[in-house]
Amino acid sequence: MMNFTPGQPAREGAGTLTEPPPAVRAGALTVERGPRTVLHGLDFTVPRGQITGLLGPSGCGKSTLMRAIVGTQAKVTGTLEVLGRPAGDPSLRSRVGYVTQAPSVYDDLTIRQNLDYFAAVLDPGRAAAERRHENVTSAIADVDLTSHSDALAGNLSGGQRSRVSLAVALLGAPELLVLDEPTVGLDPVLRRDLWNLFHSIAAERGATILVSSHVMDEAERCHRLLLMREGGILADDTPDALRERTHSETVEAAFLHLVDEAVAAAAANAPKETAR
Amino acid sequence: MTTTSTHLRPTAPPASRASAINASRTLATAARVLRQLRHDPRSIALMILVPCLMLFLLRYVFDGSPRTFDSIGASLLGIFPLITMFLVTSIATLRERTSGTLERLLAMPLGKADLIAGYALAFGALAVVQSALATGLALWVLGLDVTGSPWLLLLVALLDALLGTALGLFVSAFAASEFQAVQFMPAVIFPQLLLCGLFTERSDMHPVLEAISNVLPMSYAVDGMNEVLRHTDMTANFVRDALVVAGCALLVLALGAATLRRRTA
Repeated sequence: MMNFTPGQPAREGAGTLTEPPPAVRAGALTVERGPRTVLHGLDFTVPRGQITGLLGPSGCGKSTLMRAIVGTQAKVTGTLEVLGRPAGDPSLRSRVGYVTQAPSVYDDLTIRQNLDYFAAVLDPGRAAAERRHENVTSAIADVDLTSHSDALAGNLSGGQRSRVSLAVALLGAPELLVLDEPTVGLDPVLRRDLWNLFHSIAAERGATILVSSHVMDEAERCHRLLLMREGGILADDTPDALRERTHSETVEAAFLHLVDEAVAAAAANAPKETAR
Repeated sequence: MTTTSTHLRPTAPPASRASAINASRTLATAARVLRQLRHDPRSIALMILVPCLMLFLLRYVFDGSPRTFDSIGASLLGIFPLITMFLVTSIATLRERTSGTLERLLAMPLGKADLIAGYALAFGALAVVQSALATGLALWVLGLDVTGSPWLLLLVALLDALLGTALGLFVSAFAASEFQAVQFMPAVIFPQLLLCGLFTERSDMHPVLEAISNVLPMSYAVDGMNEVLRHTDMTANFVRDALVVAGCALLVLALGAATLRRRTA
């Protein structure tokens, strides 16, 4: 099924005092879905402790890339290391938090019951009950749903349900949070609040956040950006550097500039369209 | 990782490996499934009361021939839990697949065995309640005449419920929607219902059909019930029937586990 080649065996040594491996490192990462190759040999790294935005139009492979990183995507080839382990490694399951695009919570449970259950999966046993209770309470507070904690998830609005889904991912203090379009359909105030939350999670917990969006104005709030198009990485840089390099006012303009460049390059019969 | 500041400070759990089966995670899953049901009292009522109502009807349909009621009633005590649990599990697991919660759970340190055992435990508990009520009603209110121990009836009913849960879990992997899942009921259950010996002795069937019925698990569920109906002791045939039903349930559960994939296209 999988043929991961170990990235650099030198890193395997446990307990070395060198700096930790990046949150994500991909080499020649390719994903096939059915007859289609969705990701074409991606090479990139996601640094730790920062917010990396994964941006690109719908259908460019963002969700597939995220599923590959959390280890739920089949037919992944190439190298993909997450927190120094091959993606999907069982030891990563409690270290990586994942929010799917559609909220994945139980509609027939209350918010608190939902979180209680997922917390019990992450941190089982009666001895951990107290810690679980605290984690659940603070996760609900983080997404600003304390006043609704006894409401059935099915009775919540779409935005509220996606925040419950996010709260589940915050449980257990994951080192890497993979968020697939977490702010879709939210009002501007909530979107701002959530981005503030992402920043405080990155700053205070030192967690890495990989967040996808197809709304370019959210790119300005990220530390780094991975711009994707048609299953390839168009650019991997900070928002400032991107704007500077393309002489653009906004990231959106920078993206469009890069797309035009790529199209022109393809027209000029260049074999590889990856910009660096 | 440093956690130095204000309210954003959940504590990380100690690193744990997902082993074959984890009792706490299994129990948490079972509790969660029961909690989901508790928010749906109508489903619980239907699950528990419909078999009782059927037995009640049956008793008076065969008002003139109590012997027929004895035989069919005992068989049905084994068949109801199977059908109910089949339906409930196939829909519940399908919902788990389509809502994305299954993908989320499998990206977490939850073993497949934990999930399946959790479901089996929760629905098994429900089946105990359902079977106890139906058996009690049949024996002491409707006058079902059983030679053997009611506990053996209950045991077979429970094994049947487990088999229903297993079959439901398994077929849910092949259903893309609730529509399809419900259609699996006639496809998987009805042939067994016709061939299990409920309508006529299996030995009276066409030899081909009898051979088919010999490999269908529901036949053994009904045979087991009939053994209890006719014999005071636990007969060798009863033990064989119970073991076949239990073995089938475990086999199908294992097949069901194989349909839960952590990585999907």
